[in-house]
Amino acid sequence: MLDFPRWRVWMLNTLIILGVLFAIPSVLPTHIRAQIAQFVPTPTINLGLDLAGGSHILLEADTSQLAETRLEALEDSVRTAMRRADPRIAISDVSRTNGQLSFTVDSPAQVDAAREALLPLTSNATGSRDWNIGVNDGNRMILTPAGTGDETALDQAMDTAKDVIDRRINALGTLEPTIIRQGENRIVVQVPGLDDPEALKALIGKTAKLEFKLVDEQADPDQTAQGKARVGSQVLPYPDNPSGLPYIAVRRLGGISGDKLVKADPTFDSQTNEPAVTIQFDSEGGQKFARMTQQNVNKLFAIVLDGQVISAPQIREPIFGGVSQISGSFTTESANALSISLRSGALPVDLKIVEERSVGPDLGADSIRRGILAAVIGTTAILVLMFLVYGRFGMYANFALVINVAMILGVMAFANATLTLPGIAGFVLTIGAAVDANVLINERIREELKRGRRVVQAIEFGYKEASRAIFDANSTNVIAAVLLFIFGSGPIRGFAVVLMIGIVTSVFTAVTITRMWVSRWVKRTRPHDLTI
Amino acid sequence: MKLLKLVPDDTNIDFLKWRSWAFGISLLLMVASVGLVAAKGLNFGVDFIGGQMIRATFTQSAAAPVTELRETVAKLGYGDPTIQRFGAENQVSIRMKLPEGADKNPELANAMATKITETLKAGHPDVRIDGVDSVSGKVSEELFSKGILALLAAMAGVSIYIWFRFEWQFGVGAIWSLVHDVTLTFGLFALTGWEFDLNIIAALLTIIGYSLNDTVVVYDRIRENLMKFRKMEMASLLNLSVNETLSRTVMTSVSISLPLIILVLFGPDVIFGFSAAMAFGIVVGTYSSIYQAAPILIWLKVGSHSFVPTDEAGSKAERIIEGFES
Repeated sequence: MLDFPRWRVWMLNTLIILGVLFAIPSVLPTHIRAQIAQFVPTPTINLGLDLAGGSHILLEADTSQLAETRLEALEDSVRTAMRRADPRIAISDVSRTNGQLSFTVDSPAQVDAAREALLPLTSNATGSRDWNIGVNDGNRMILTPAGTGDETALDQAMDTAKDVIDRRINALGTLEPTIIRQGENRIVVQVPGLDDPEALKALIGKTAKLEFKLVDEQADPDQTAQGKARVGSQVLPYPDNPSGLPYIAVRRLGGISGDKLVKADPTFDSQTNEPAVTIQFDSEGGQKFARMTQQNVNKLFAIVLDGQVISAPQIREPIFGGVSQISGSFTTESANALSISLRSGALPVDLKIVEERSVGPDLGADSIRRGILAAVIGTTAILVLMFLVYGRFGMYANFALVINVAMILGVMAFANATLTLPGIAGFVLTIGAAVDANVLINERIREELKRGRRVVQAIEFGYKEASRAIFDANSTNVIAAVLLFIFGSGPIRGFAVVLMIGIVTSVFTAVTITRMWVSRWVKRTRPHDLTI
Repeated sequence: MKLLKLVPDDTNIDFLKWRSWAFGISLLLMVASVGLVAAKGLNFGVDFIGGQMIRATFTQSAAAPVTELRETVAKLGYGDPTIQRFGAENQVSIRMKLPEGADKNPELANAMATKITETLKAGHPDVRIDGVDSVSGKVSEELFSKGILALLAAMAGVSIYIWFRFEWQFGVGAIWSLVHDVTLTFGLFALTGWEFDLNIIAALLTIIGYSLNDTVVVYDRIRENLMKFRKMEMASLLNLSVNETLSRTVMTSVSISLPLIILVLFGPDVIFGFSAAMAFGIVVGTYSSIYQAAPILIWLKVGSHSFVPTDEAGSKAERIIEGFES
């Protein structure tokens, strides 16, 4: 057992050196690391947001709203298809209830033609069916979502949302965000080292869906105040309405959406000198906008952002060229934020912030500083105690412990893992396990010596007998770590990762490495008695 | 050189003599813990009940204006805040439960945090926001159930392992002492009113890991002695095993307690509860390996007949360890 062939010594030493080398960049001060990084790669451990400071934001999509949006889009395309059919198919009683779209084909003779016209709308690019077409009472058509249509739509919407958020955060400057989709309808946004999470939240939480709608100028203000609108109109909130009423009625149809923008920039209104946003449509959107303004000169149109009216100016003359200005009660910051949101496109779904964890840089720094201080004092105390109790063998254990810490850091850096506060708990547990392994071995050697065994034999027995308990104890920790990783959430997983790495390195250093050192000492000195 | 001995040679303490007493007291403490948790409840952090918590430092003031803050925040209409000092005199945490209607609007917890942050900044130009946590009801329920699931899975998983590696009685003993440790830690948190959050779950997991480690060492020695001394009476055999491993138990407990005590005294305030829980758990875990995990074997009628004296399991472990090394 104490026999170590030369190749094995070489292999073990190489492993130690590799582990320690990988750990070095993580413990160097940042500016030195930056200098070295020019010559060699410097993999480092990421500090979790709880240690480094920063914001963790969990966004959840409102799936019911997505289904509603899909239904709306379907209604639009159905109306267009029926109008464009030759001959035109008259429909009435269009309703969207329970996730279904239903309408009556006025002339029962046209039902088949209607079905024919619907077919291209109800299947997607891959040829599979998004909507099922059903007919009730001879001429009532019902479209119900089919199979995985909703799921696919959600999946695509979440991918798009992720890209949109990425663009928005990048517009904020040199942050290093991590944006990951989680589960079906969630997105995690992590931004380290952020001073003001509020600005970030305002930016990523906004859907930024811009619409231009005609104001229903015939609406009865009393009805509007009660939230009631005429057929074909709807009431929207309008907090800055100059008339004082925080609502306004707008026409449902005849508006255009502002998703076809090529530019959006913050600016100042040339007349009032107040912050505003200029937008520029692409050519298609520009033509639509021109047509709308041409047909409605002198009427009021409402600029609607995320279902809320920002302002409702009068169309004085047709606007050609696709450039327009949005003014409302903006501040410089909010005008800037809105232009970023508009530029990066609207979110295809409403995202709600369901969890936020922000740690200020000061608190994080304080946690690290005091955490490191405590760790250093604590480890030193262990090292001193080990030396006092086990002498030479204690020193072997101590060197092994230091290498163990370095190797955990090295493996974590190599794997680009993240160290969090619970991860430090994992660290404490593995250091404990490593110390315990050496304590077990050394106590066993003591015992065997006491029973009268010769030194070499006692050492051999010590390692052999202690291995069993060390193996069992570490196996149970591996089981616990794996289960925690499977069942745990974020921070608990951080704990599990450190634990898994630490178990492997601590058995390696506390058992194998110390045995190598002990065996070399035994070979060199051939000791007849041993103080342990 | 004269080496330090934490436990004198030939120590022979009759630990098992007090086993019924210890068991009785432990049972009493466990019942008291469950009672405390039921009566007083745990001071759950926002992780588990939702709501928001803001940590703030008033950089230009000697002390935080707690009374004034309480009124200002209460006026916002989300309910009464829990305001506590933590760390220095000018540092506070402001905690709010989920307001009414939060189940319909998942963003309410965050909106509340934003509103309170704005109010603080407007009223106190010197305020520095050190941390914001806001958790909606749905997310907090998930965190809670996932945390509990992780705890139960870890406890069940390791006990099953012990059952396979030793005998079923040992598995029962292991899970019993884990339940004991976890219950008492819950009791401690109910008693002190320390905040119980996700980090405490991590601490509990560490306690489970440590306590089990301790139990395994004692069990391993019991198994060894069962095969060695086939005629010895069970209580004496357990005593022998505990005494033989005593110097290791003391040495390991002292070593691990050292960094933890230092963490409690000098560590970051944010993890006080966490460090305290672990330090407590080490003590309880060490005790339970001796006074819960071991005596249970007597009551479950473990004897030398429980093991076939082939030493099969042990040699297998060594083979695996050696395989791991090369």
